Amino acid sequence: MCTDPSQLDQFSWLACYLTTPKHMALYWSVGTVLSLLAITAPAALLFGFGGATSARSRITPLRWFGKGYIAIVRGVPDIAFFLFFVIALDQGFEWIRHQVKCPDWPDPIRQGNDFIVCAAAKMPLGTAPQWVHETYGFFLAVLTFAIVFGAFAANVLYGAMRSVPHAQLETAAAYGMTPRQTFWRILVPQMWVYALPGLGNLWMVLIKATPLLFLLGVEDIVYWARELGGAKTARFTDYPHADWRMWYFFGLLVFYLLFTRVSEVVLDRLMKRLTHGQATVGGEAQRKAA
Amino acid sequence: MSCWETLADYGLRSLGYGERLLPRDELTICQQVVLIGSGMLWNIYFGVLSVIVGFMLATAVALGKASQSALWRKLSEWFIFLFRGSPLFIQFFFAYFLFLSLKSSFPAASVFTSAWSGALVVLILNTAAYSGEIFYGALMSVPKGDIEAADAYGFKGWSKFRKITWPTMLRLAWPAYTNEAIFLFHATTLVFFSGFPARQQQGDALYYASYFADKTFNPFIPYPILAGYFILLTLIIITLFGIVNRRLNRHLPQNDRPRLKLKPRLLR
Repeated sequence: MCTDPSQLDQFSWLACYLTTPKHMALYWSVGTVLSLLAITAPAALLFGFGGATSARSRITPLRWFGKGYIAIVRGVPDIAFFLFFVIALDQGFEWIRHQVKCPDWPDPIRQGNDFIVCAAAKMPLGTAPQWVHETYGFFLAVLTFAIVFGAFAANVLYGAMRSVPHAQLETAAAYGMTPRQTFWRILVPQMWVYALPGLGNLWMVLIKATPLLFLLGVEDIVYWARELGGAKTARFTDYPHADWRMWYFFGLLVFYLLFTRVSEVVLDRLMKRLTHGQATVGGEAQRKAA
Repeated sequence: MSCWETLADYGLRSLGYGERLLPRDELTICQQVVLIGSGMLWNIYFGVLSVIVGFMLATAVALGKASQSALWRKLSEWFIFLFRGSPLFIQFFFAYFLFLSLKSSFPAASVFTSAWSGALVVLILNTAAYSGEIFYGALMSVPKGDIEAADAYGFKGWSKFRKITWPTMLRLAWPAYTNEAIFLFHATTLVFFSGFPARQQQGDALYYASYFADKTFNPFIPYPILAGYFILLTLIIITLFGIVNRRLNRHLPQNDRPRLKLKPRLLR
């Protein structure tokens, strides 16, 4: 039915237009964003847990490392980190592969304004198919997001660990638990209630940071909105239209508003569930209301 | 070329003065420091103006949200939802293309298609929404006793607001507001990556930093320079807001005065 769009009436024209292969790519890229969120959130939590734990460590260099990692979230715009890490990680991987695969390479890697590693160390290999390049780019973006948001999460978890009443830990020590046991059996189970508001906030922030994927060179929804929205003449497409980028970005705006709104409602419910029966102000208020 | 000459050539490059061509090869550290610093002028411009105008708008939004009238309340709530619920990056894009399409029907709107005004409008509205929510929270936590005491002293209407409610609200909101201001300055780095064109390569600090990173393929010099500038800027903001904080709390006994602390970030 979509064979000759110029003959269609308005509604079916729009229906055909919105299902062109390029639009399908736009819808797929929503999947890219969602999978970024699905992978990054646990990864960032893991990084954050590692950061917070090392910031509490009794080994001084490890503690410095943890505190330094937490401190990077302050003072510097996060987007600078995004732009930095994507290149830095890429070069880091290539440098390591270069050292392993071509130990006899005579030339320096940095020559003036160039970064040259041997062909075998290229990431991904020059001969690799297109999807490998795209996956590698996505992987770099995920790692970058995980590092930056891991620092935010470390900040939240570090604060949560300090909010667990100290008497709990002292009691554990009095019962003869080792520091390791105290940490895993007493501190970690109790810290989540304190961490949840911060982590919920972080989740919202993470959602709102996903359009930055565009800056990392991934073909995400921002990329496709710009591509598809631009004015098209009849010479290049069956669906000529004027500059519609405004409407595409309006669509993205609505998409994000709905997404954050739904998250907010779900997080509220979750918080209510978790405070239920807790010895906190919130839990007490719930008990009185019931 | 000495570093002083570089400063003379590129110190105001971001505003369009001095050398026209950006340095292309044999980039020295001095050139990178000077140009990124020159770009900071834009970050400061966007930040300062949107903090000032956004502050006034935020007070209005907070009062609107606390208002008795359902119309004002709904209006403020929707405003806050719209700007806090969506990414600033998308807001920039949308606003830019909106102004572009308005241009054809209202030629006057063409002013807003350039970054210095269009992005400024977005930043002002955005910070007004975030700070409006902060101010609203503070307005709700103004102690009841303060208001009752003001009533007992015969304060009414505007003078009650001006002399009692507003200063208390500011005092309570100030630590969170300081945080918001810092991250607003950080958010200004998004402007030139979001549709708004950098005319004749006149961009902000991050624009130049990424220019150098692309040219030298070495991110380890320009981004740390940028980070240094921003840490300095953050310290200056904390100092200035700290002075205001001290003035807002000067009537309190020493021990009750809240200290400003940089809290975990609030990226948008």
